[in-house]
Amino acid sequence: MPVDAKRANLPPLSLHVPEPQFRPGDEVDFSDVAVPPAGEQPRPDTAADPGTFHELAYTLVRVLDEDGNAVGPWNPRLDADTLRTMLRNMALVRAFDERMFRAQRQGKTSFYMKCTGEEAVSVAATSALAADDMCFPSYRQQGILITRGYPLIEMMNQIYSNKGDKLQGKQLPIMYSARDHGFFSISGNLTTQFPQAVGWAMASAAKGDTRISATWCGEGSTAEGDFHSALTFATVYKAPVILNVVNNQWAISSFSGFAGAEATTFAARAIGYGIAGLRVDGNDPLAVYAATQWAAERARTNQGPTLIEHFTYRAEGHSTSDDPSAYRSAQEWSSWPLGDPIKRLKDHLIGLGEWDEDRQAAQDQELAEMVRKTQKDAEKNGILGHGMHQKFETMFEGVYEEMPWHLKEQMQQMLDEDDAAGHPGPKR
Amino acid sequence: MNMIQAINSAMDVMMDRDPAVVVMGEDVGYFGGVFRATAGLQEKYGKTRVFDTPITECGIIGVAIGMGAYGLRPVPEIQFADYIYPALDQLVSEAARLRYRSAGEFIAPLTVRSPFGGGIFGGQTHSQSPEGIFTHVSGLKTVIPATPYDAKGLLISCIEDNDPVIFFEPKRIYNGPFSGHYDAPARNWSNHPGGEVPTGYYRIPLGKAAVTRQGAAVTILTYGTMVHVVAQTVEETGIDAEIIDLRTLMPLDIDTILESVKKTGRCMIVHEATRTQGFGAELSAVVQERCFYHLEAPIERVTGFDTPYPHSLEWAYFPGPVRIRLALEKILKD
Ligand SMILES: Cc1ncc(C[n+]2csc(CCOP(=O)(O)OP(=O)(O)O)c2C)c(N)n1
Repeated sequence: MPVDAKRANLPPLSLHVPEPQFRPGDEVDFSDVAVPPAGEQPRPDTAADPGTFHELAYTLVRVLDEDGNAVGPWNPRLDADTLRTMLRNMALVRAFDERMFRAQRQGKTSFYMKCTGEEAVSVAATSALAADDMCFPSYRQQGILITRGYPLIEMMNQIYSNKGDKLQGKQLPIMYSARDHGFFSISGNLTTQFPQAVGWAMASAAKGDTRISATWCGEGSTAEGDFHSALTFATVYKAPVILNVVNNQWAISSFSGFAGAEATTFAARAIGYGIAGLRVDGNDPLAVYAATQWAAERARTNQGPTLIEHFTYRAEGHSTSDDPSAYRSAQEWSSWPLGDPIKRLKDHLIGLGEWDEDRQAAQDQELAEMVRKTQKDAEKNGILGHGMHQKFETMFEGVYEEMPWHLKEQMQQMLDEDDAAGHPGPKR
Repeated sequence: MNMIQAINSAMDVMMDRDPAVVVMGEDVGYFGGVFRATAGLQEKYGKTRVFDTPITECGIIGVAIGMGAYGLRPVPEIQFADYIYPALDQLVSEAARLRYRSAGEFIAPLTVRSPFGGGIFGGQTHSQSPEGIFTHVSGLKTVIPATPYDAKGLLISCIEDNDPVIFFEPKRIYNGPFSGHYDAPARNWSNHPGGEVPTGYYRIPLGKAAVTRQGAAVTILTYGTMVHVVAQTVEETGIDAEIIDLRTLMPLDIDTILESVKKTGRCMIVHEATRTQGFGAELSAVVQERCFYHLEAPIERVTGFDTPYPHSLEWAYFPGPVRIRLALEKILKD
């Protein structure tokens, strides 16, 4: 049948393909991003019925107002030491990112991913968890490790895949694993950690434990089927889990519209599953802390899971392999209405009389120096590209608990190749 | 015991021995499974150890991996092997790689049970044999029993194993061995030695094949339902074949295979799965590489055809006695 033969009386259908507001070179105007005043969002009881979260799934929970004051029912009323620790950890994440990004540019490693602008999402959230709660992160929550005191040198060794790397050079840089710090092995496959986190939480509940789990994914990753599976399992078994969606507006070059953001919020996804949903100013460390603390209490009292959308902005390229100027306006970050999480916490502490610009500058310097010195130490273990740092046999170890015959055979083949090549690797 | 009872008994024994063992899947809880493999377990061990799940295979395996990371020993069921594909990412990218990518910090000690194979008029989506997909994945083990005795002993070993295992259950022989003569009366396990199953704990080691018939003329490598179809055909033809039930496809019992082929000089491979890039291709390559100078004839593969599994033409598709006999005649020709 010819396309227009039969139903010429009907208007033609049209396909909607989302398009971000701004492209390279565009003047950026974010005035239509709804930013409700801080302090005006209600804080329900942690046992509240999931059916009552409609408003909180569409607004933004905010604590820090324009003048840096902590206001409203979500104010977690943290003492100055805790605030300063959070500020320091966020600043350390940023200093670390700067240094490692540069290391990649200097050819010392193959790959790196920053979380600039999103430091609160991991640091403040982790600060509100117990040290033995289990985290199932994506690749952009290095702040969890830093908040939990994981040694920077271990992170760097992993990034360099050097001889100090506990993962034996098996994983792409930043795909950390730190069991002792409650940090699950990062996978390259997006959103697989979501049902895993739910399963961990279910196991904890089934065993009558008191620990909960938390997981993170980007807003782009919510489109994966695992996201749906995880939310279904979480609600069915009332799993003690916190499901964090980091809405940083971008998934590589795709704006959040391609994950469905034009039609609704990511927190609103929770409503259809019967899960408590909170939408939070992700650049407000106090709001992130308060929401996590609330969700943790809800989970710990067997009230079930919480989905938290952290509304934030990916200030830098997706990774060292990405050039964001090819798809978005460079002005976006400077125009972002929710500002910079580090600056906002700093201003708050200064407002409280608990901090000042000099101390901030001194701390920045101290952290940069510490990262630089640690980097020097890490580089003593080698950098990527300066030879192969792992014993060749390690390639075959850990595929299975015990090495089967065919891997032993292949290992021997490789060792013979090593002999033939004049032993480029470290001594066996 | 029939194979269902043996599998049920394996889970019962392991749940009793180890509080970390949990059973999960679609309809496995209160109802006891669509094949009754988990019957009675929920009543005995409670709902937090044996539970029904939502219908999401990627969720079932993903959740099981998280439970494994916590320290449990999950035994998830995928209702039919034909429905394991939604879970492939969690199996291939996660369970199989977890130990490796975390350098041993985290492991995935799962045993994924799933009924597989044809011969039951299951049509396209209740008959498939996808084992070749899993043997291709480093980090996974793949196990397929052919008798109730083996099913129980192997399943116990799988549950105790610290690596993720795909345990495919040939559902055509759940209730009795299958001769391949689809119009013959059904048999049950009561007259078969493999149907004698101890009620308590025992193990059959993974990675060990069973020589189910000694012979000198040709080695037949097979597993699952086809072990019985091959045995029947060998008996009918009177050919002195040596039949090897592989039991574990990965890791493979290479020694038993090589010893036999070097003795007989001929090798035939029989599986239900489609031919191209099926597990038979790997077997053939391994034998060819290692027994080349002992081989007196080309290696034969008797398999399902490279089509989706048909419904009405099932018995034309199935690698039954005629296909096996013709292949035997061919391989023994000179
Ligand atoms: C299953 C899968 N598909 C695609 C990719 C490639 N990929 C890596 S990161 C990424 C974007 C993810 O964006 P988002 O979830 O918004 O997180 P963000 O990077 O913004 O933190 C994509 C498509 C992948 N790693 N895994």
